[in-house]
Amino acid sequence: MTMTILRDGALVQDDWTLVEDGRTDIELAGGKVIVTLARWRTEGKALAASHEAVGVLVPNTADIEAVYPEISDRKLIALQFPVFTDGRALSQAVVLRKRLGFKGELRAIGDVIQDLVFWLGRCGFDSIVPRQDQNLEACRAALDELTVAYQATADEHTPVWVRRRARAAVH
Amino acid sequence: MYRYDETDRALVMQRVEQFRDQTRRYLAGELTEEEFRHLRLRNGLYQQRFAPMLRISVPYGLLESAQLRKMAHIVRKYDKGYGHFTTRQNIQLNWPKLEQVPDLLGELAQVQLHGIQACGNDTRNITGDYLAGVAADEQIDPRPYCELLRQYITLHPEFYWLPRKFKFGFTGAAVDRAATRTNDVAVHVVRREDGAIGYRFFVGGGLGRQPMLGQETNAFVPESDLLRYACAILRTFNRFGRRDNIHKARIKIVLREWGYERFRATIEEEYAKIKAGIEGEELLLLPQDIERVRAHFPAPAYRPAAEITADVAALAARDAAFAAWMKRNVRAHKVPGYRVVFVSLKAPDHVPGDCTAEQFEALAEICDAYSFGELRSTYDQNLVLADVAERDLQEVWRKLDAMKLATPNIGLITDIVCCPGLDFCGLANAGSIGVAQDIYRRFDTLDAQYEVGAIRITISGCMNGCGHHSVGHIGILGVDKHGEEWYQVTLGGSAGNDAAVGERIGRALARDEIAEGVERLIRAYLELRCDEDETFIECYRRVGMAPFKARLYGTESEAAAA
Ligand code: HEM
Ligand code: SF4
Repeated sequence: MTMTILRDGALVQDDWTLVEDGRTDIELAGGKVIVTLARWRTEGKALAASHEAVGVLVPNTADIEAVYPEISDRKLIALQFPVFTDGRALSQAVVLRKRLGFKGELRAIGDVIQDLVFWLGRCGFDSIVPRQDQNLEACRAALDELTVAYQATADEHTPVWVRRRARAAVH
Repeated sequence: MYRYDETDRALVMQRVEQFRDQTRRYLAGELTEEEFRHLRLRNGLYQQRFAPMLRISVPYGLLESAQLRKMAHIVRKYDKGYGHFTTRQNIQLNWPKLEQVPDLLGELAQVQLHGIQACGNDTRNITGDYLAGVAADEQIDPRPYCELLRQYITLHPEFYWLPRKFKFGFTGAAVDRAATRTNDVAVHVVRREDGAIGYRFFVGGGLGRQPMLGQETNAFVPESDLLRYACAILRTFNRFGRRDNIHKARIKIVLREWGYERFRATIEEEYAKIKAGIEGEELLLLPQDIERVRAHFPAPAYRPAAEITADVAALAARDAAFAAWMKRNVRAHKVPGYRVVFVSLKAPDHVPGDCTAEQFEALAEICDAYSFGELRSTYDQNLVLADVAERDLQEVWRKLDAMKLATPNIGLITDIVCCPGLDFCGLANAGSIGVAQDIYRRFDTLDAQYEVGAIRITISGCMNGCGHHSVGHIGILGVDKHGEEWYQVTLGGSAGNDAAVGERIGRALARDEIAEGVERLIRAYLELRCDEDETFIECYRRVGMAPFKARLYGTESEAAAA
């Protein structure tokens, strides 16, 4: 069953399959799969050989900088929100984008409600899997819930102090 | 006073609309109770015992007359005609209706007020020195730095879902008037010997359960690096703060569990990485960025001293009530001819910190006419008119007195700090307002108060410590014993430069014993002090707990048992 997700601001059919640990279904062979970091570490080579692409799901307790050398060439990294109020993966995302320079797809999964979407977008997630019961159209719209921001995180915003600096220079 | 530009205005307005939609979805059943709880808290809305409570942020305690007039209107229209000033310099409303809160927030936004991040597990409103810009002991005016940090932490996406509340307190003066080290982060703006401005950071403070004072993690962070260092602390907390137990989720617990060295090293390491990367560039403040914000806090247009001085001493000699007020509620100002006037929110039979619509209005008029339109809130739940000319003092006093805002008790025993307790709060174990009033009545005469001198009594209705009980000279904590209200007493706490967490004296006192107990402690002090200049806290530090304990519990044997 394919799922609808948010990618680059649009609702699209997901072309990745999240594979839980222990699952070995043969039909996954050849497709794009996301496996846990633990599984990547043990079966990474074999999986990469038999699949079009392998993404890695990193737990939100991991030290993302320490893990990064193992996954820096992945097309997709997924980060977890066990509950929407647990913001650890937001720091992982910002560090991935801004310090480590990860350019691939950065995906948020878990307890992703509409009211988390805006913050995810600003922290550099370009791929968001809303919780099953969420209104997808509303989630898409939530990416632009607020259009002004004081600070830059991993997004297009320029910090307000830098904008005001530029404005003062013009006058 | 910081003035919003289009960005600030748009942000607050968009935020109101965001919350309006969240409220609508909640009322329509599209958001669960738990989901909505986290969203409303981030807009200042808490559920109390009987009704919602709305906390309105007062950035580092600065208010102006237009905001006071708006508050008068708001408390009439949406509440029962009064608001409450808290120990974090904010204003709380006790009776707003959920359905009306989006409109209420919309009205507040018109005057630069809001409830953004006033509650919830996020970066809270910044507290600051209420004498910023006018104190003689000030090295650096902290307000521009408070404002720069306020903007940085407002709706910061990475730090919007922290493990627990996170509070900053600022000062730039020699005397800490903002209880800074009780905050998760204390920022002391300092000038080094070579003239360079920077910040001394203390991290890991917090009241509530296991009260702790912040520890110094860096003695001098350069002026340009305020946001870089704040980012390092916040990221460390977001990553490592515990999320498995709400009572262990504050940053002070990370400090306790790791120990000072590892805690400090982790923050410093993150700071070094931030400085070295793209983030470091973005977060670097240039001198002109600071100057631009500093320009929002100009010195008011002070008049030459010759035009405004008055022989206040002569006036006081003719009027004892005025003299008492001058003595207790008026302080020196760094500019000749001006004084700092404290507005007491501790009148007899008044809930500490409460302010009625009429008082808000009167204050708006008074500060417009006599203090350049500004008013400040203090962490001990009073207000300050920072720039009053000497020749206006008597008139200001009359006007304040007419509104019951001139009780001459600042810093005295009836200037009690007190949380809402069982009268309002859903978490309370015991009443606190009634206890404050009982203690008040015992020392109501001015002579008695003067005799006792400087002292701070602080009362919380439960261990969350909103009334700062753990840092009061005499701290009173409400506890529940089999459904009855009891009170634990601590001595020796302080929130100032000599910050300390108080020590428990012994067994708890019953509701009908507590005011008597405080009186005994005071009588003990009056006997024990070496002279009239030795304050309660100095005396306690000299003689220790034992003599107070003996006098509180009466007999030696009871003291030993307690
Ligand atoms: C009536 C509604 C209120 C509720 C339900 C409430 C709730 C709480 C809770 C749960 C804590 C403990 C946080 C922790 O330990 O991590 C706390 C701390 C605090 N509250 Fe309140 N509060 C209320 C009103 C107030 C008021 C009226 C004031 C000021 C008079 C205030 C000021 C504070 C302060 C200063 C702290 C200590 C902060 C710290 O732990 O560092 N609160 N509050
Ligand atoms: S100290 Fe306790 S009783 Fe008092 S306001 Fe805070 S949570 Fe409520």
